Formats: sequence, structure tokens, C-alpha cells
Amino acid sequence: MPVREAAAERAQSANPVLVSLAAWAVPGAGHLWFGHRFKGLVFLVTLPLMFAVGLWLNGRLFPFELSQPLVALAALADVGVGLTYVVAKALGLGRGDVVAITYEYGNAFLIVAGLLNILVVIDAWDIALGRK
Amino acid sequence: MPSHFLLLTLFALFVSIVFAVLLRDDGRSQLRFGTLLFGGFVASAVLLGWLMYPFPL
Repeated sequence: MPVREAAAERAQSANPVLVSLAAWAVPGAGHLWFGHRFKGLVFLVTLPLMFAVGLWLNGRLFPFELSQPLVALAALADVGVGLTYVVAKALGLGRGDVVAITYEYGNAFLIVAGLLNILVVIDAWDIALGRK
Repeated sequence: MPSHFLLLTLFALFVSIVFAVLLRDDGRSQLRFGTLLFGGFVASAVLLGWLMYPFPL
């Protein structure tokens, strides 16, 4: 059976919510699920690496402070990268060094890695629904 | 210490790779689109940098 047909068949039988959860937890897992090996591997390597660079640049994993909406939104974006975020938090990383010259760069890397993974999750959701 | 230019190039590289792979399906158009995005990011950053040069902090 050709790869595309096999992927389409898998998409029909997959639960979109489950696929999206997997895609959120492990970047690229949703695409790997449907047999898009190259795409999945690129996301699996690139997004955690981008997040790690953000941590290395002294970026901050923002807390959910609803009194400061922008901070809360940044926290939501950080969480978008999935289990990588959970592991980083568990290890006590991402405290952020506000006087470091690379602090803002680090934040940009962390936030954008999360936002890009959210786009990847939405793409996996579309594949699961047969829209792509 | 990492330079600002190096960091913005690295940032542009990551974003271009993800967008190219996400939005294009075959390898050739992924490479083309990714290169175009990366070049656009870096070129616009350099251009904006020079445009801001005369303004004081």
C-alpha cells in the first residue's frame, strides 16, 4: 500500500484529540503518527532545540500571573512546547536572568518555540480530520 | 559572548525550517520556501537595523 494511502487510512481511524495531545506533548509526534516521518523528525529536533537555546540564553519560563495578562500569555506560549517545558520546570531551569544581555533573546526563543509547536499541533489536528 | 547578529540568524533559521516544513510538502519547495524566508528575515533585520541607526536610545 502506498505511503499516502496508509497515512490517509490511519488519519481516518485516529482520534483527533488523542493525536493533538501527543503532538503537544512531543513535538512532531502527530506527524510521525500519520507516517510523515521527515516532518515529524524535523519538528522533534528543531523545537526542543530552539527551546533549549532559549534556556541557555537565560530566558525565563514565565509564571501564570493573571494580574499581568502579557506575562500569562507568555506563560501559555511557553507551555506550548509540551513535555520539554515540564522537564525544564522540573529541573528548575528557566528562572531567567533579567540583567543578562541575552535575556530578551532567550525569551523570544522560548516563546516562539511554544507558539510554533501550537501551529504544528493544529496541523496534526487538520490531518486527523482529513482536511490535509 | 554570542553576538546579536548570530542570535537573530539562529532564530531566523529555526523559524524558517519549521515554517518551510510545515507549509510545504515536497523537499524542493520546502528548500526554496525556507531559503526565501530565512533570507527575508535576515535581510529585513539588517535593513531595519540600519534604518534605526540614526535614532538615539
